[in-house]
Amino acid sequence: MPDAPTSRTIAVSALARVEGEGAFTIRMRDGQVEGVEFRIFEPPRFYEAFLRGRSAMEVPDITARICGICPVAYQMSSVHAVENIFGITLPPELRALRRLLYCGEWIESHVLHIFMLHVPDFLGYESAVALAQASPENADLVRRALRLKKAGNQIVRLLGGREIHPINVRIGGFYRAPKPEELAALRPELEWGRAMALNAIAWAAKLPFPDFEDDYEFVALRHPNEYPMNEGRLVSNRDLDISAEEYPDHFEEYQVPHSNALQSRRKSLSPGDRGQGEGAYFVGPLARWNLDADKAPASVQEAAAKTGIIFPNRNPFVSVVARALEVLVAVGEALRIIAEYKPPAAPAVEFQPRAGVGHAITEAPRGILYHRYETDSAGMLKNATIIPPTSQNQLQMERDLARLAPELIKLPDEQAKLRAEHAIRNYDPCISCATHFLKFKVEGR
Amino acid sequence: MMSPAKPRLGVFKFASCDGCQLSLLDCEDELLAVAGAVEIAYFLEATRRPLEGEFDLALVEGSISAPEQIEQIHDVRKRSKFVVTIGACATAGGIQALRNWGHEQEYLRVVYAKPEYIQTLATSTPIADHVNVDFELRGCPINKEQLIGVIGAFLVGRRPHVPNHSVCMECKRAGIVCVMVARGVPCLGPVTHAGCGSICPGYDRGCYGCYGPARLPNVTSLARQFQAMRVPLPVIDNMLHTFNAWSPEFRPGAVGNGAGHA
Repeated sequence: MPDAPTSRTIAVSALARVEGEGAFTIRMRDGQVEGVEFRIFEPPRFYEAFLRGRSAMEVPDITARICGICPVAYQMSSVHAVENIFGITLPPELRALRRLLYCGEWIESHVLHIFMLHVPDFLGYESAVALAQASPENADLVRRALRLKKAGNQIVRLLGGREIHPINVRIGGFYRAPKPEELAALRPELEWGRAMALNAIAWAAKLPFPDFEDDYEFVALRHPNEYPMNEGRLVSNRDLDISAEEYPDHFEEYQVPHSNALQSRRKSLSPGDRGQGEGAYFVGPLARWNLDADKAPASVQEAAAKTGIIFPNRNPFVSVVARALEVLVAVGEALRIIAEYKPPAAPAVEFQPRAGVGHAITEAPRGILYHRYETDSAGMLKNATIIPPTSQNQLQMERDLARLAPELIKLPDEQAKLRAEHAIRNYDPCISCATHFLKFKVEGR
Repeated sequence: MMSPAKPRLGVFKFASCDGCQLSLLDCEDELLAVAGAVEIAYFLEATRRPLEGEFDLALVEGSISAPEQIEQIHDVRKRSKFVVTIGACATAGGIQALRNWGHEQEYLRVVYAKPEYIQTLATSTPIADHVNVDFELRGCPINKEQLIGVIGAFLVGRRPHVPNHSVCMECKRAGIVCVMVARGVPCLGPVTHAGCGSICPGYDRGCYGCYGPARLPNVTSLARQFQAMRVPLPVIDNMLHTFNAWSPEFRPGAVGNGAGHA
């Protein structure tokens, strides 16, 4: 039965080509948006609760399991936060290896999202497999994309021991540092990958982008002399410029009845009730490129200029191009780090656990990932707070759906759903990540 | 003329991190060949195709941890000729099974301001606790080569060949110097199911048991050895209680396995 002409509900009950389980509903009445809900029904797994009483040394292994797509991001934010508590500073060689590992994850995660999850939306296929099966040219494109993804995964595999849930990251560094010849073996595929990434940028820039600009607050790390991954201050295109420690003063999480994931928003300057969507902000590749393009290697800035797309850009559909630009950043950085590699004196620095509180923010492929831990003097965890990128983008995704709604109502159901899904996939949501974190606080301990 | 219908593959997710199903997309060299040999009929992480019809092979990731999932897994079973569970969540309940020691209400309270919005079960349990499972592939995450092997075995109609001996055996075969004997690093390799390629000892650290128990593991003997190495009992418990905590062999912890009385 079609809905009455004045009222209509567009609902997708199981969102595809995202990580984890989500759904959304847009309710319209008399041509006005009555309500938009981006629902996360992924069951909670309670990481922050069971981390209590575990050793800080276990944190990178355990938090990796929050997300099979971006385990390195969880390992990076968690080790940095704990290292902040223990007063550990890494020598430059180990710092470079951490960045190299992150490059690997950016490549594999971004290429997965561009070609396997997002491009089918632009080109009208149900999946990358369907895309590949449609023509020999498409099959070749998907094959080359998989090869590029593998080049990223090979970095993670060497430095981490395996692609998913790597085992080599530890507090203080790594368990084992790679030999120069092991790293050198990665170079040929990465050199090929540089050319492929350039092609991917030019190709992505020609995809059809609906006109959908808005005045977003983009939030990303900013580092004085490099494109941000592991460190930096948190900045936005508005007034934000803070350290990781100050994050809780500027952002808050709150619970909504329709979702198993907490949503994040900017803390309000004025108390009282807020309108729907107020305090939303935008994290991820487009935010990073908008705020940090000047820190990217000159060759990537040139590639961006050649696309003809104006940056900073306020159209979330253009995220796919920012993601492709970041693949080139990561490939180039990986090649640079490998070329400059000198084995560290030891795979990890010595340290003594101590009591304290530590914060860290790193740039997961899909945006900033905040971790906070509190330890006792033996290095056992007393508290943990983990705020993943998808809970930070959640409110923004709802706002985009609301803004899209007047256009959706003119489309037949299937097309409306597809367009709305596409808008959500702009953010590369990782719903497995987004569930379970949430504020965790123990009183009276 | 129509070619004969390809076997229909379904990939299903319960409570999990998505990593095991991602292993299929991580088969960069084999993915298109797999897609040529089977019809990927349901795989929400990769395709918009809706859930309909029956499946020749269902790969199931994740544990049962919410009320509606019980119904869903029975539906998957009914639709599928073969059900293969992939990963530690599906075969042992995953790390989220740490709630099974009676902490669920406490966890819910401390994580959510309004726990009444959240519907979960008090336990996180493996798929085989709810429906008949034809084969269990272990690991957190699974080994993608083993996954291809399992799909291939199914295609030709034979039992998958996945060794169930210990990581310790794998490690010896790889010629890795024993981290426990040579360096005194506690290692769960002697009781852990093979399949990862003994990567942890290969990277100079002890195995942390992410593939779950090997067949007939002697947990008591290993726990006592750890005690002799002066590893505190709570630490041994934490080592056993990670991604496969709810497996029958690791569940009793150190003392429950007979350590602590030596």
